[in-house]
Amino acid sequence: MNKAARTPWYFLTPNLVIFGVFTFLPIVINFYYAFTGGVQLYPQDRPYVGWDNMATLLDCKNYWDVSTCRKDLFWRAVWNTAYFSVLQVVLMILFSLITALVLNRKIIGRGFWRGVFFYPVLLSPVVVSLIWKWILQRDGLLNAIVVAIGGEPVLWLGEPEWAFFWVTFVSIWSQMGFYTLILLSGLQAIPADLYEAAQMDRASPWRTLWRITLPLLMPNMIVVGVLGAIRAVQTFDNVFVLTGGGPGSATMFVVQYIYQTAFQEQIRLYGIAAAGSLLLALALIVLTLLQLRVTKAESAGERAK
Amino acid sequence: MKLVSYLTATRGRSRLHWTDWLTYAYLCVGLFLMFGPVLWLVASSFKTEAALSEFPPTLLPYGQKSVMVPGEEKPKPVFRVKLPDGTMKELPEIRRIGLMATYVDPAKPEEPIRVNIKDRQPVREFRLATENYSDLMRKLDFGKYLWNSVFITIVATVITLLFNSMAAFALSKYQFRGRSGVFLFIIATLMVPPAIVLVPNFLVVTELGLLNSLWAVIWPAVATPTGVFMLRQYMLTIPDELLEAARMDHASEWQIYWRIMLPLSAPALAVLAIFSIMWRWNDFLWPLIVLSKAEKFTLQLALNAFQGDLITQWNYLLAMTVITLLPVTVVFAFLQKHITQGIASAGVK
Repeated sequence: MNKAARTPWYFLTPNLVIFGVFTFLPIVINFYYAFTGGVQLYPQDRPYVGWDNMATLLDCKNYWDVSTCRKDLFWRAVWNTAYFSVLQVVLMILFSLITALVLNRKIIGRGFWRGVFFYPVLLSPVVVSLIWKWILQRDGLLNAIVVAIGGEPVLWLGEPEWAFFWVTFVSIWSQMGFYTLILLSGLQAIPADLYEAAQMDRASPWRTLWRITLPLLMPNMIVVGVLGAIRAVQTFDNVFVLTGGGPGSATMFVVQYIYQTAFQEQIRLYGIAAAGSLLLALALIVLTLLQLRVTKAESAGERAK
Repeated sequence: MKLVSYLTATRGRSRLHWTDWLTYAYLCVGLFLMFGPVLWLVASSFKTEAALSEFPPTLLPYGQKSVMVPGEEKPKPVFRVKLPDGTMKELPEIRRIGLMATYVDPAKPEEPIRVNIKDRQPVREFRLATENYSDLMRKLDFGKYLWNSVFITIVATVITLLFNSMAAFALSKYQFRGRSGVFLFIIATLMVPPAIVLVPNFLVVTELGLLNSLWAVIWPAVATPTGVFMLRQYMLTIPDELLEAARMDHASEWQIYWRIMLPLSAPALAVLAIFSIMWRWNDFLWPLIVLSKAEKFTLQLALNAFQGDLITQWNYLLAMTVITLLPVTVVFAFLQKHITQGIASAGVK
């Protein structure tokens, strides 16, 4: 190679080395861990076990009943994650959409209001969790309000259903602004003459919303849904600090299961954790393909019109 | 009246429609829900430990009033005391033995008054417990955690800007074999979230001898695909003629990158810098795995460790949380427009 042809590679090297060492090499090693057993960290000390790790994780008599599974905690985490992801994404799209529609109206100080909803997005998950933990604790603000209006104090993070509700609520609270922003830019890209035409035809606001705004916003909503789902499946920080996965295993999610199996237990089962990571990666790949598929179908539909 | 009519005037229509009222009602509820919890945290962080354990909590920080008494070293707490003659008076308490407490009137210091403690009420006043903050520095290793966080954030951001802009420069301004391959390779790493390579990355970091070193957090984070992508898109818009002119003047390729490309990419670099600062300052899961020694904790790890303690010292924890959210809040207050625009255009967080 002559000097001129080598130049771009000089500029690329630092980035590629880091990607290689901390992204691609780990992917390869992850497979190695997933197919070897034992509690040793160093690869040369680990015996080959084939599909055993995978089989252990997937060993279930009835997948709907986690107590029949060999790794019941893993399946509990899987179901919690699935339930949480669906609930969180649906509610988040709903609230982001309402907020974006409101922000898109003629209002005074739009920049300020947009900032209000966006601010929590920037806070660290740990800070967000501590803010809410302080409000939700037994002698906290929320219980003070409940008592003031004549109710009984509730252990918001100590009862499984409430803990799950608050985990979902806090994650929507902290991320909603980001998705609102995406939907808002989608709303602003809708051509104004469509609305003028609708006004000429005396279409009611509802009809305008259903027949113009929502269909044209669909691509953005799909992006929001998939991005939200990809993040929801990987939820960890918020929940770990807020509930630690508890009470019991009521808010245990898959990433926390992987973390605990590999780094928190006395016996560190790296193989099981790596196998769990591969299953999580599989779920993420499916979600990404789904996104590509849907966006393709969407643009094909656009052209057909 | 003028103000009201100004506020209720709208473009196009003369008066507010009921849907406008609904809109502002929604926005105000949003304001309350989004900022309320943060304000509550800040207000609580100025309460004393005793005030924090009260239920129901007071809205603003109150503490017991205390005054200096001549002849005493420390300030003494003030109580509302029912005197033997039946009158009420606010007096500082000198000491208390069993059920009897001794008070002194600053006007007549030579006559101490002894009163049963059931005849007294603490006097409270608005007081900011700033000791929550100052104690952080003295009693806890707060300075160390803050330094660790600042070090990781600044160093990682500088390296991120350097490495990513170099790669973006190569990918946008050179024609070479394998260019699209490299580009795809980098974009593909977007699909690999850190959560799924935790175990092998732990091995890599251990093998490199970086465990419990701040560099274990910095190195894996500096080659962001998002950054390369964003900068490349921006650099594509910079005209090639500028580079050609510089080459005519015998500038080296490095000089072209350093003297021409970097200054011209400043807006995109600024957006990436803001992102990088946010990412690194808020990082949690990966530092949690590779930094296990307390002296290497970042602020986020320290917060997590404190709240997990058996007895949570909320007064310090709240103060520390406020300090942790302060930089992000200040950056946001000044750069709100740029951040929201940057995120809207890049579609990433």
